[in-house]
Amino acid sequence: MTMELQHSLSFAPPGQNAQPRASAAPGNLRTEPKPVRVVIIAIAITFLSIFVVLPLVVVFAQAFSKGASAYLAALSDPEALAAIRLTLLVAAISVTLNLVFGLIAAWAIAKFDFAGKTFLITLIDLPFSVSPVISGLVFVLLFGAQGFWGPWLQAHNVHVLFAVPGIALATIFVTFPFVARALIPLMQEQGTQEEEAAISLGASGLQTFFRVTLPNIKWGVLYGVLLCNARAMGEFGAVSVVSGHIRGETNTMPLLVEIRYDEYQFVASFAVASLLAMLALITLVAKTILERRLDEEELPREH
Amino acid sequence: MSTSTGRRSTLPGFGLTMGLTLTWLSVIVLIPLAGLFLKTLELSPDQFWNILASRRTLNALKISFGLAFAAALVNLVMGTIIVWALVRYRFPGRRLFDAIVDVPFALPTAVAGIALTSLFAQKGWLGAPLAALGVKVAFTPIGIFVAMIFIGIPFVVRTVQPVLIDLDPEIEEAAASLGARRWQTVFRVILPSLIPALLTGLALAFARAVGEYGSVIFIAGNLPNVSEIAPLLIVIRLSEYRYADATAIAVVMLVASFLIIFVVNRLQRWAQTRIPAH
Repeated sequence: MTMELQHSLSFAPPGQNAQPRASAAPGNLRTEPKPVRVVIIAIAITFLSIFVVLPLVVVFAQAFSKGASAYLAALSDPEALAAIRLTLLVAAISVTLNLVFGLIAAWAIAKFDFAGKTFLITLIDLPFSVSPVISGLVFVLLFGAQGFWGPWLQAHNVHVLFAVPGIALATIFVTFPFVARALIPLMQEQGTQEEEAAISLGASGLQTFFRVTLPNIKWGVLYGVLLCNARAMGEFGAVSVVSGHIRGETNTMPLLVEIRYDEYQFVASFAVASLLAMLALITLVAKTILERRLDEEELPREH
Repeated sequence: MSTSTGRRSTLPGFGLTMGLTLTWLSVIVLIPLAGLFLKTLELSPDQFWNILASRRTLNALKISFGLAFAAALVNLVMGTIIVWALVRYRFPGRRLFDAIVDVPFALPTAVAGIALTSLFAQKGWLGAPLAALGVKVAFTPIGIFVAMIFIGIPFVVRTVQPVLIDLDPEIEEAAASLGARRWQTVFRVILPSLIPALLTGLALAFARAVGEYGSVIFIAGNLPNVSEIAPLLIVIRLSEYRYADATAIAVVMLVASFLIIFVVNRLQRWAQTRIPAH
């Protein structure tokens, strides 16, 4: 019995903050025989290694397959630099707009009660469920030559499609829910008492928002911005449909990855891809850190 | 609906923020999506039907929906195993593997696409040994299946993980002390209470795989009727200026995703009634 207990305790879920309930339970009734545990862990590790770790490793292996100088040459080529600049510009535009929208929407949704709230959240979530290609297509149907407003735009010489505004619109669409979705549950959890106290003490609405609400949700804001930015910089399908692939002008980094790959310039393709993979890895590390902070942000309210 | 309506109305800015929210939501999401449906109305029912019933469209839809469902099933099984290992066991690198589950969310799809292709191509790290076994993955429907498994990994894990963590340990202890064998406890007590979360994860993985484009097109081979997915056919029709065709396929896919959202919402409501909040 003691043997069994010790045995299972070593495999008990880590206590600390993540699983307080599980760690409190006696482990012996709640785990599987050792061979079963070993097999399950082995399957999980093998599967994740093949499907997630190897693809990541292959990106960097391919990018450096002809040495560091070929890698650097691929990244300093004018088209690559133009793609990097465009990607940064589009991400800046869409993250800023979605941040402002997310804060406004989260205030309306989390701090007030009204009928149809769940439905409104479902509508905000919609872009997550739409195929990236369709997210681009809807803007082609609005602004394309055969689209609803295409003829008017052409007559007034305004370029939306195959230009920065179209790419930004498609990116805003696909990243639309990120900030709002990060903030709504957090702000609902925190309630309205602090804001009400500020208002009753004579603070204005904006003062209350910037001095009371915002400091309480700062990690949530950062979390939403982080995920929004990662998707904005990495979006491929939607941007591909609206970009027109004009060299040096409307190619973002993911689009350049495809172009170089189709030209059999694999080192150049994987070099740009390696930058995007690094962005993804940095995003994940930051996300993990932020999730821990967010737990703390929510905690004082629960007790 | 809520008891706190009166108390909450003391905060300012509801009208303004709600107005801005609805305006921006309409401009970016609702009007563009409505435009897609309006464009479909320009087609006669016959035209619409002929586009969808064409062999190439039907095959593309079959490939996208069929392989996405198969991949989602793989993700359901593997996701359950992964989440069990991550939540219930301790092993070296557990936290790292936990974080790695999100890579398919974070990695841009084009990067995933070329990485998987390079890995599973005939001379690739995994493609070469598989080719020796007579299995060709890249540039076949199996390649599409592999890419769809990749992008679906986080969904089952991340929807089931919080539910498994919160599961009341007393239920298991009760089952065990009443004489249930461990496998009976797992399959008759624990897994049934995870069903709503498992089905939600399945639906989300399926929805994502159906619409997936970037990570699939590089490895797919893109042979019409064989390995051409529906989103790629939309792109091809657009490049041929056949807007009607692109629109009709898109509407079918959009309606399918609305149905999935509906199912997921139902599942979540079901989950809430099954597991009392604490």
